Amino acid sequence: MSEQASELMLNTSHLTMKFGGLTAVSDLNLEIRKNEIVGLIGPNGAGKTTAFNVITGMYRPTEGKVLFRGQDITGLKPHSITKLGIARTFQNIRLFKEMTVLENVLVACHMSIHAGPFSATLHLPGYRQRESEARRFSLELLEKVGLVHLAYENATGLPYGQQRRLEIVRALATRPRMLLLDEPAAGMNPQESLDLMNFIRKIRDEFDLTIFLIEHHMQVVMGVCEHMYVLDYGVTIAHGDPASIQKNPKVIEAYLGVD
Amino acid sequence: MEQTQKKPFRLTRNHWLTLGALSAFIILAVVADLFFDAFTLRVFNLCAIYIVLALSLNMLNGFTGLFSLGHAGFMAVGAYVCALLTMSPQLKEMNYFLMPIVPWLKNLTIPFLPAILIAGLAAALVGFLIGAPVLRLRDDYLAIATLGFGEIIRVLITNAQPITNGAQGLKGLPRYATTFAVWVAAGLVLLFMVLLVRSSYGRAMKAVRDDELAAEAMGINVFRVKVTSFTMSSFLAGVGGALLGHMITTIDPKMFTFMLTFNILLIVVLGGIGSISGSVIAAIVVTVLMEALRFLDEPMNLIIIRTQGLPGLRMVVFSLMLMIVVIYRQRGLMGNKEFSWDMLNGLFVKKGRKGGSDHV
Repeated sequence: MSEQASELMLNTSHLTMKFGGLTAVSDLNLEIRKNEIVGLIGPNGAGKTTAFNVITGMYRPTEGKVLFRGQDITGLKPHSITKLGIARTFQNIRLFKEMTVLENVLVACHMSIHAGPFSATLHLPGYRQRESEARRFSLELLEKVGLVHLAYENATGLPYGQQRRLEIVRALATRPRMLLLDEPAAGMNPQESLDLMNFIRKIRDEFDLTIFLIEHHMQVVMGVCEHMYVLDYGVTIAHGDPASIQKNPKVIEAYLGVD
Repeated sequence: MEQTQKKPFRLTRNHWLTLGALSAFIILAVVADLFFDAFTLRVFNLCAIYIVLALSLNMLNGFTGLFSLGHAGFMAVGAYVCALLTMSPQLKEMNYFLMPIVPWLKNLTIPFLPAILIAGLAAALVGFLIGAPVLRLRDDYLAIATLGFGEIIRVLITNAQPITNGAQGLKGLPRYATTFAVWVAAGLVLLFMVLLVRSSYGRAMKAVRDDELAAEAMGINVFRVKVTSFTMSSFLAGVGGALLGHMITTIDPKMFTFMLTFNILLIVVLGGIGSISGSVIAAIVVTVLMEALRFLDEPMNLIIIRTQGLPGLRMVVFSLMLMIVVIYRQRGLMGNKEFSWDMLNGLFVKKGRKGGSDHV
């Protein structure tokens, strides 16, 4: 809280999402500053993914506002939000099944290629240049995360861990300012999770990112997050730095249950 | 040196094979045009038109993942617009004997090339107007809605008698769809599809097909891609319909029923959803078989059984083909792969089977 006041990247005010009678997220007030790694944790069904979906425009919130760098992005379409600089990954990996690793990354460059159907089909000079630029950029990204030797493999043929990594690379290819990771460590063993967290820290520094990530297991993110929000049944039960979260009785109760 | 080298750009064996196949095909087309009898030539040219139509439906079904069943409607729009633009005033007067044609159309006659482009654009416009609301639906619902709109277009054409001459249809259209015209059209559409699919826009379309949510999250305007794809596909369907009209030289609303859409869908599914070369090969195979199997519809004497002539028996063959494909090759003949000489080579090595013809 008492850090230097760097630029506010994302904040939400009184964000509420109701599905009929069910309140999935209620009165969520986030405040994420530039270059922070912030965790959103909570037990199953706490509304973490719903919060992500509201922020990225997949759902329109019932109440409240989402502000990205001071701009109101509530209710914008997901692709417009991506254009503004928020990229995300998905909890259940959503790679493009019938494409190669490279093509998966190239799809994310489509936005920067600015290709209409005709300039693309006719391979006009401007398009050609942007396309080869995108190709170079994508291969460079793959190189950085050590997937470049698999560039021409089918994306869904990769091992699970690498698919997760590819999803992150694909999100990076949209040239985001902020990255939202939905349970990036799901299904990984402790060592893999640890590697992943180092990887996340690395890309944060290298790409000047702000990272907001969902995690189910608290231990995994303790080391990497500077700040955390804990949701339970849609309600923010705690927020603060990892040490205080760990000691917070409400959090312990939510995770372990109480008689 | 029979290795396949791809890296340095020079004319490899595969390039020579492609060039060879292409020139062989051009010679075939010329020979066909000069020496084939009218019926064979017609089947030959029908192949080209079905290639155009199959590719246009494959753009939707195969590459953008939109299951649309309204294709016959867009073909009808193209066929009618082109026919009305190219028919001479005298011809129109002869056709419209029940109810006179609207005055502004009566003396309107333009050459075939602009007419067919306008026909395509008209179909594209209708496609856009229908697509914009309907593409909010998904999967089966989209199929049902497009099917409905296809029929609506047909019914409208039947009832707009002062413009379309209603159920009598239009007869004696000028025979503009020559061998040259149809195959050039097929070639251009083929080239367009190949370039489109390989481009960034093609990738965006495939991304929408594979995972809409992820595509949207990658900054792709999914709805716009869908509408664009639907509009382009309608354009090609309109061009295909116009060519069909000018080859058969007579059109009427009954031509453009769901059965026509079904035939094209059959080609796309048999050839492989999402395979351009599959559509080309299947278009040729299906068109030829449609005619070659006509004897099945006629009375037959099979020594033991004597049939009275069962119209539609040849369609049973296609049903069987479809079933076999669905059981043994769920993704169609080519799957989502494209034809390549190496693939053909592999086939020959394995079991020596015949493959397809032309591919750019």
